[in-house]
Amino acid sequence: MSQTDKRLRPRNDEKLVFDANPVLNERVTHYCPGCHHGIAHRLVSEVLHDLGVADKTILVASVGCAAFTYDYLNVDSVEAPHGRACAVATGVRRARPDAVVFTYQGDGDMAAIGIGESLHAANRGEKITAVFINNTVYGMTGGQMAPTTLLGQKTTTSKQGRSLSNEGGPIRLAEIMAQLQGVTYSARCALDSVKHVREAKKAVRVAFDAQIAGLGFSFVELLSGCPTNWHLDPVAANKRIANDMIPVFPLGVFKDVADESVEGKNV
Amino acid sequence: MSEADRVLIKGNEAVAFGAVDAGCRCYFGYPITPQNEVPELLSSLIPENGGAFVQAESEVGAINMLLGAGACGVAAMTSSSSCGISLMQEGISYMAGSHIPGVIINMSRGGPGLGDIGPSQGDYFQAVKGGGHGDHRNLVLAPSSAQECYDFMFRAFALAFAWQNPVMILGDAIVAQIKEPVRRVPPAGTHKPEAMSDLARAWRIEGFGGRGQNAVPRLLKSVYLVEGALADRNRLLLQKYTDMRREALFDSEYTDDAELVVVAFGSIARIARSAVRRLRAEGRKVGLFRPVSLYPFPEEALRSRARGRRFLVIEQNTGQMLEDVRLALNGVSSVLWHGVMPGLFIGASELIDPILQAVKEKS
Ligand SMILES: Cc1ncc(C[n+]2csc(CCOP(=O)(O)OP(=O)(O)O)c2C)c(N)n1
Ligand code: SF4
Repeated sequence: MSQTDKRLRPRNDEKLVFDANPVLNERVTHYCPGCHHGIAHRLVSEVLHDLGVADKTILVASVGCAAFTYDYLNVDSVEAPHGRACAVATGVRRARPDAVVFTYQGDGDMAAIGIGESLHAANRGEKITAVFINNTVYGMTGGQMAPTTLLGQKTTTSKQGRSLSNEGGPIRLAEIMAQLQGVTYSARCALDSVKHVREAKKAVRVAFDAQIAGLGFSFVELLSGCPTNWHLDPVAANKRIANDMIPVFPLGVFKDVADESVEGKNV
Repeated sequence: MSEADRVLIKGNEAVAFGAVDAGCRCYFGYPITPQNEVPELLSSLIPENGGAFVQAESEVGAINMLLGAGACGVAAMTSSSSCGISLMQEGISYMAGSHIPGVIINMSRGGPGLGDIGPSQGDYFQAVKGGGHGDHRNLVLAPSSAQECYDFMFRAFALAFAWQNPVMILGDAIVAQIKEPVRRVPPAGTHKPEAMSDLARAWRIEGFGGRGQNAVPRLLKSVYLVEGALADRNRLLLQKYTDMRREALFDSEYTDDAELVVVAFGSIARIARSAVRRLRAEGRKVGLFRPVSLYPFPEEALRSRARGRRFLVIEQNTGQMLEDVRLALNGVSSVLWHGVMPGLFIGASELIDPILQAVKEKS
């Protein structure tokens, strides 16, 4: 593990009760305080660790705040242009049929510039997993409107608040994905509370299981906070997810071909 | 080899056979005339050889699939024409910036814009000057016959892996659609397909477990944010592009005693060659110089023929390779130009007058 930062180790008078798994690199985060990218990284790393597949995993990194996911996850990685991660992952998957392949993409990445590549990879049933971080803004470029921005939400490019007549409504990717034949699993979770984080880990696990079982394209949307561009403190950001985002982006499993109890299974 | 060993096929089909014979195992592409026989044939040839064929949703999708497969060290390619290649430029720049190999066929057509589906060499600048954003170069080969379409595929994959760089085959509607006898035999001295995966072992991504115990993860990327890091990266790339010059290729005919040397590439070079031969038969001291690699441009070879001769660039565009010829000759010799407009199908007789005119013209 490169980048090990000794400051993260316990001092002599401290007892270590909770440690990172080896798939997650120890390093000082570049994310803002209260940002959920770190939690999402941790969930992915734990699932890859639990499944014992990190050494055959290939991450396709995207742009945005999460461009540097590869600095945190101890796996082979390749960087994709903005929005094209699912196309790059298609190439990786076709070239290396035995690898575990996943993309990690923001909403600007996957739902805007890259929605074409994303839907078509999903529709082809590429055996890849897409982890989709929905924080309703473009984080890295400074808080511009995303396809997922809520109606009425003010951003640096929707200063009066997003309106249905001018910008259209927020795109619900998990529901769209569920309708495609090549998709084997589509779920939306949130990272605002311990309960939701636990559910999210389960969903990430099922998504990777589905890929490894060779079932098709699996998709997990994670409602995440961007305290910086929401101009909220981390606690208030969590509240916003619960109060404003979840009503628009309902949580749940929209498709799971491996689970007969899930509605939409045969979509 | 007997005549029976030759097959009568189009340039596009020769590309497809050359690709699989050279070891190509992944193809990603999107339909566009005049290159459709390439994906049509590969849609069966590649799976038959244990590879993957994907008809992408767009050229943007295709080039990024190529980026992904190339990153895995697998011999992979895409093919398109002009406007499709424009859509691929972002991905090509990322591949160059990330040191990722891949082969891109451009059977170019008339432009700008939708243009037409006739022949054109209007993509010369885009192909040889980088084409995408940032300082990058593609290795570019220009075939002028169906046989070369076959043979150059071996060279293209070998170059892509040797230099970890995108390689473009720049053809046009003529060489794509021409039907001629082709020997389907790997050209002498070419790599075995397995040699490519050996070359890739040092850098490809595959899951670090594939590299044995104590392996550390690898990352292929083009982003360098720390101050000075991108400068270093560009220095490294510059060195690579400088070293690539040794790959320059050309062929020439009657240049030793020529007073006027015609410089042309691709299909037009072939037509120009007929015109030059015809004029030679009449005792005119004309010759032909054909850059085979357009990047690196065979500037030294051209320069070595400069003294005492004049040059006439003939190309099917409004004046693009002309600039490289002038740069190579750098004032030592005078350089004239004759442009054939994109979309026209011309014969050798249409080049006789322009060449004779150039012979007469004293500058
Ligand atoms: C072709 C292209 N257009 C624009 C950009 C600039 N850009 C970088 S990140 C980004 C938005 C990313 O937003 P999102 O995917 O939501 O990720 P976040 O930063 O919120 O994690 C944009 C527009 C780019 N890198 N490439
Ligand atoms: S800008 Fe937003 S998404 Fe980006 S690191 Fe900061 S909080 Fe996270």
